[in-house]
Amino acid sequence: MSANTPKSMKTPSHSGRTIAILALVVIAFGVLAGFTGATKIKLGLDLRGGTSVTLQPRVSAGGKVTSAAIDQAVSIIRQRVNSLGVAESEVSAQGSGTNRQIVISVPGETGRRVVELVGQTAELRFRQVLAEGAGNATSAATSTATTPKTATSPAKTVPTYPNGVTAELDAKFAALDCTKAANRQGGGGDSADAVTISCSRAGDAKYILAPAEVLGRQVSKATAAIDQQGASGWYVLLNFNGEGTTKFGALTTRVTKLATPQNQVAIVLDGLVVSAPRINEAINTGNAQITGNFTQTDAQDLSNVLKYGALPLAFDRGEVQQISPTLGADQLHAGLLAGLIGIGLVLLYSLLYYKGLGLVSFGSLLVASVITYLSFLLLGKWIGFTLTLAGIAGAIVSVGITADSFIVYFERLRDEVRDGRTLRTAVEAGWARARHTIVVADFVSLIAATLLYFFAVGGVRGFAFTLGLTTLVDLVVVFFFTKPIMTVLSRIPYFATGRPLSGLSAKSLGVVTGKEA
Amino acid sequence: MSSLTGIGGRLHRGDTSIDFIGKRRRWYGVSAVLIAVSAIALFTQGLHLGIEFKGGSAFTVTTSSPTIAQARTALTSAGVTSETVIQKIGSNKIRVQTGALTNAVSNAVQDALAKEFNVKVDSIDTQSIGPSWGKEITHKALYGLFGFIFVVMIYLAIAFEPKMAVAAIAAVVHDVFITVGIYALVGFDVTPATVIGFLTILGYSLYDTVVVFDKVRENTRTITSTGKSTYSQAVNLAVNQTLVRSFNTSLIALLPVASILFVGAGLLGAGTLKDLSLALFIGLATGTYSSIFIASPILASLREREPAMQALAKRVATRTGASTSTVAVETAVRAVNAADVKADRVRGPRNQPKRKPRRR
Repeated sequence: MSANTPKSMKTPSHSGRTIAILALVVIAFGVLAGFTGATKIKLGLDLRGGTSVTLQPRVSAGGKVTSAAIDQAVSIIRQRVNSLGVAESEVSAQGSGTNRQIVISVPGETGRRVVELVGQTAELRFRQVLAEGAGNATSAATSTATTPKTATSPAKTVPTYPNGVTAELDAKFAALDCTKAANRQGGGGDSADAVTISCSRAGDAKYILAPAEVLGRQVSKATAAIDQQGASGWYVLLNFNGEGTTKFGALTTRVTKLATPQNQVAIVLDGLVVSAPRINEAINTGNAQITGNFTQTDAQDLSNVLKYGALPLAFDRGEVQQISPTLGADQLHAGLLAGLIGIGLVLLYSLLYYKGLGLVSFGSLLVASVITYLSFLLLGKWIGFTLTLAGIAGAIVSVGITADSFIVYFERLRDEVRDGRTLRTAVEAGWARARHTIVVADFVSLIAATLLYFFAVGGVRGFAFTLGLTTLVDLVVVFFFTKPIMTVLSRIPYFATGRPLSGLSAKSLGVVTGKEA
Repeated sequence: MSSLTGIGGRLHRGDTSIDFIGKRRRWYGVSAVLIAVSAIALFTQGLHLGIEFKGGSAFTVTTSSPTIAQARTALTSAGVTSETVIQKIGSNKIRVQTGALTNAVSNAVQDALAKEFNVKVDSIDTQSIGPSWGKEITHKALYGLFGFIFVVMIYLAIAFEPKMAVAAIAAVVHDVFITVGIYALVGFDVTPATVIGFLTILGYSLYDTVVVFDKVRENTRTITSTGKSTYSQAVNLAVNQTLVRSFNTSLIALLPVASILFVGAGLLGAGTLKDLSLALFIGLATGTYSSIFIASPILASLREREPAMQALAKRVATRTGASTSTVAVETAVRAVNAADVKADRVRGPRNQPKRKPRRR
């Protein structure tokens, strides 16, 4: 062993300060968690029961899956799921690029409805508006009474309904309350070939709509643009393909002569009206311009709807999991029990093998647990981290990795003592060597966790996340707790002189020659 | 325990030295046999894939004393008879596994089970996986595997030496192969949780190897200038010196994994915890074996081919003289371990009075 006295020789007061700072930081985070109301770890559905559905985009004929189309699909499904009104439902895309899946999780016992709701394909349709009303339910039996706040009244005399509207439908229309989320579910409701009633996406208006005449796939292009000179501001440019041009031409030629609101064409996505522009003139060129008081976001959203509605994404149900709260609770208990037994065994072994030094492992694991727990709390608050069964497994497995850092250090330390150093210098020299090993090894572990996280969906991600997080915690603990506490201990005569139970006695190190076999 | 700790000291000085590197042919042989068996098992038996990979549904009913016959009745009434597996888990759970079902049939099975066992439909735990999903998962696992090997190889080549990276990766491939072989041979179910387990093993196996190689690097830093031991001998010493750590690490890593396996299999039956921990358990064992018996010898073999190391081996052989009749590295190892290395390394504490180590 040719090492010189390492540069990082620290005095105990330095070490004491390091530990104190770590303690302060931990306490600060604890207080922060308390103040921000992050007092409970968010549990995944597999630990508290619920339904999760993973949808996989399928390429439909002639189309291709684009990243923006998936975003669009996420927003459509989110709309549907939110209509269930279950708190903490989540819809998100996982994975990267176009190879993403949509993961829907809804806590509680809603199983079947969720599964049916999210599986339907969203489609874009153009329908003529037959009647329009404000979003809330009205008691009047006819659409005449449903006078919207701004537009002129639907202007129909009581007995004459617009084409295809029956008295029954009109009654339904009047009763429809679009301000309730449950009525803005979208999905199946709108049959392309029938007169239908529908809400606007925001819920502020409702419509009676004629059968669909132009379909989403007949749109070839849609772009948001701004009119530099004119006063119209942001607008959306729409191009149809051959079939679409003919049909849209016929539709606009017909409706443009009619009175409001029947001269409006509703753009219906997934059963909900996104926009219902008035048609000012017959459009036979296949190029339409939708103007209105659009902001830039409005115009871009609308153009996205038109663009990706044109490629209706179909989804395969990749995985459906319905877990009852009973099983969730069982899994949670099993996970916690496994964790306790695991940590207990590790502590027992390190106390038996390293004796006094085992106490250092004990303290370090305790600090690591506290930091990990606080991270779970705060990350749940900040980035919506949820703890799943796989996540618990990741945390338990990492107990081994954390404990290994101590073993690497202790073994190096003991090697140094064997080579004749005093404990005081061995603590520093051993650390200088062990540090490199620990950092490199933890880094490999981090690479594994990161790659697992990015290459996987669902449970695997939870595992990778906690594995990565706890590896980082391990680094923090080893650098700012284990090492400083060893420096402090090395000043205590009991350890420095290698008493039998310190874990550094000459006998246990095998420094004694001859006698022991 | 104290005799075990005493071993640590003797291994450190080289008093007790196990000749891992010199006997490498033997270990290569053992591994070659294991890999051959794995390959045969994989080709003849194949892997027992869970429903996650081939598509299918699983329903778990929790109720007091369910019977398999009840479950079968329910399945028949729902019209699902082929490809079914019915298992009883613990005393109060029954698990029904079927092939891929449409949503309507899946609902029918749920209803039939709920009726037969007299439980609420919502209390049945259901998992159903579309047929194309498995392909997706398999692809992802493979991307993960290759991505990991590639990135880690680059990282190790930078952090250590390129040849160490090659040796470490060889050991990882070895571990994956043997673990997969064991799965094929025993017929354990392979689920996504198993795959996570496999991927984690990669990290762990490398982690273990990294610790050994770090010591190797330290021991070989000044090796050519001192000329006291060959590269192989230095590697062997490093393996011996880190043996206690390898043993402790593996044991300490296995303890929590074993507790997950025990709790997972005992309390929950089939599921994430059991699959994951089983893969880890098997992988950890092979990982420890490979970092000692495969990674280090491969590294030694690779480096001994270098002219500088061969020259060194010759010098060392001449120095040790009579005890080695040939220049073959394998035979030189023992002699040097016994004499030269020992004398070199134990200068310090051995001749000193007990408990009062000389201060440097």
